Amino acid sequence: MDEQTRKKSKKAKQIKTGITIFLFLLPGLILFIGILIAPIAVSLYRSLYDWNGFSAGTFIGFQNYYELFTNGSIKFMVSLKNAMILAFFSVFVQLPFSLFLALLLGRKVKGERFFLSVFFMPVLISTVVIGQLWLKIYNPDYGLLNTMLDALHLESWKHVWVGEVKTALGAILVPTIWQYVGYHMLLMYAGVKGVSADLREAAMLDGATNWQVDRYVVIPIIKPIIRVSVIFAVTGSLKTYDLVRILTEGGPFQTTEVPSTLLENMLFLRNRYGMGSTISVMLIALCFAFALLITAAFREKEV
Amino acid sequence: MTMEERYTLKKSNPALQVLIYIFLGIWALVNLFPLYFMFTFSLKSNDEIFGKNIVGLPHDWLWSNYSAAMYTGNMGLYFLNSVLVTFATIVLCLASALMATYAITRIKWRFSKLTNAFFMLGLTIPLQASIVPVYVVLSKLHWLNRYTTLIVPYAAFSLAMAILICSGFMVEIPYDLDEAARIDGCGLWGTFFRIIIPLMKPAYATVGIYTFLQCWNEFMFANVFISDSVHRTLPVGIKALSGQHTTDWGPIGAALVIATFPTLLVYIFLSKRIQESFIAGAVKG
Repeated sequence: MDEQTRKKSKKAKQIKTGITIFLFLLPGLILFIGILIAPIAVSLYRSLYDWNGFSAGTFIGFQNYYELFTNGSIKFMVSLKNAMILAFFSVFVQLPFSLFLALLLGRKVKGERFFLSVFFMPVLISTVVIGQLWLKIYNPDYGLLNTMLDALHLESWKHVWVGEVKTALGAILVPTIWQYVGYHMLLMYAGVKGVSADLREAAMLDGATNWQVDRYVVIPIIKPIIRVSVIFAVTGSLKTYDLVRILTEGGPFQTTEVPSTLLENMLFLRNRYGMGSTISVMLIALCFAFALLITAAFREKEV
Repeated sequence: MTMEERYTLKKSNPALQVLIYIFLGIWALVNLFPLYFMFTFSLKSNDEIFGKNIVGLPHDWLWSNYSAAMYTGNMGLYFLNSVLVTFATIVLCLASALMATYAITRIKWRFSKLTNAFFMLGLTIPLQASIVPVYVVLSKLHWLNRYTTLIVPYAAFSLAMAILICSGFMVEIPYDLDEAARIDGCGLWGTFFRIIIPLMKPAYATVGIYTFLQCWNEFMFANVFISDSVHRTLPVGIKALSGQHTTDWGPIGAALVIATFPTLLVYIFLSKRIQESFIAGAVKG
């Protein structure tokens, strides 16, 4: 009898703890499920519909996905190509440059903190502000760039930078890469600083030069950070939106569209919410796929 | 000479040293120049910007550009909106994250690891993922163009990182403290409020800084969800202003400075902390 009441009270206590745990998790769960998980489920479901957002819509299977890749007027392939170009330059220009800066600053240069802080600063500025600034630099009549070319008597190099098919994507690329160099540098710098002095010393004793220490000791150790940087650079490129909206609005002739601007167009210009959902599903899938792929590629190299 | 000292710049070739400093200096200029350019053209008239004086200091310091940005451009209102949205997001996100982290790291139960992994999915999910359904639901409920339209999604998308940062700090708190509190008669709630909340102060700064930058600069949601002029945040306000003032650059410059200076001011004093919160966010993720 006594034993039973004790069991009962233990069980009651467990239930009480369970409720408490649930209550602690509740605000987070509501936010997370309500804004992230449920909408993704709805997007998945709606990506199979021809839907204007307000009627019931018609089920069309994988038609949206098919159309996305085959209908040229949707411009999805163009947007994907642009995102991939951005990703390419981020990974192969921006990251090596960031790594180089991180390694330099890791060598106790004078004014290390100053340089670090200045190089990181653009990350904190809103992309909209940066876009507006660069619009002033690119302005065909009064912009800094064309005025400078005038002063150098290089008139033939002048362009309507954000308005010409040839230069528009490059005009987006430059500020994007410039802005986030500092971000990747900071992460890598933290890694470089974490490499123990003993390891460096040991390599030095073996007669390695500074650059050899970087190449054979430091870089292999900070590989996990480089992997994170590569993932951020690629998924970040897939998600680009701000600078394109500000600088070119996807033009000229939709040559600089990226998936996110297309997604917005589907909602506001074309009323194709089903297709919009399809694009967001593709974006999530691509982000996850690239994250996994990059992780796998780094693991392969370690073997 | 110890080996530690050899791994510095001092011991390398002097010519190379000079080159390296020149290089670092140039890159510093490339990063500082846009700020200088923005600040100076915010105080100039079009005459100066368009030819007479493109990169120099302004001849006449036109502070009237700032009043134009504030009054005709409504930047004051947008600034307050941004402050309100950002602050509310930080509070909501931090409160939910602290509670969830407490349940995950300090109470023993079967699915705590799994729950944590579930929340961590949020680190990889892009903002774009939920934009269509959230937009449709909000517009059906007539919930667009409110502060909460931005606050709730911002908090949700910052949550995963906040939980990640909070768990880092929370596992550092000795578990003996919980037991001592339990013996003194504190329940789970009591322990949370009296022991954990006060000891988590360092995490507030890190989460706060991270969330601040996410919200203050966010453009896509704000651009899609806010169409009236009363609830615009700074990035959307700047876009609207630059649409009105296509020919008058001074007020646009002033608006850019208004949007940027609070962040930079804080950065000057807290650069190390801010950098650390970015590192904490990325390296563990």
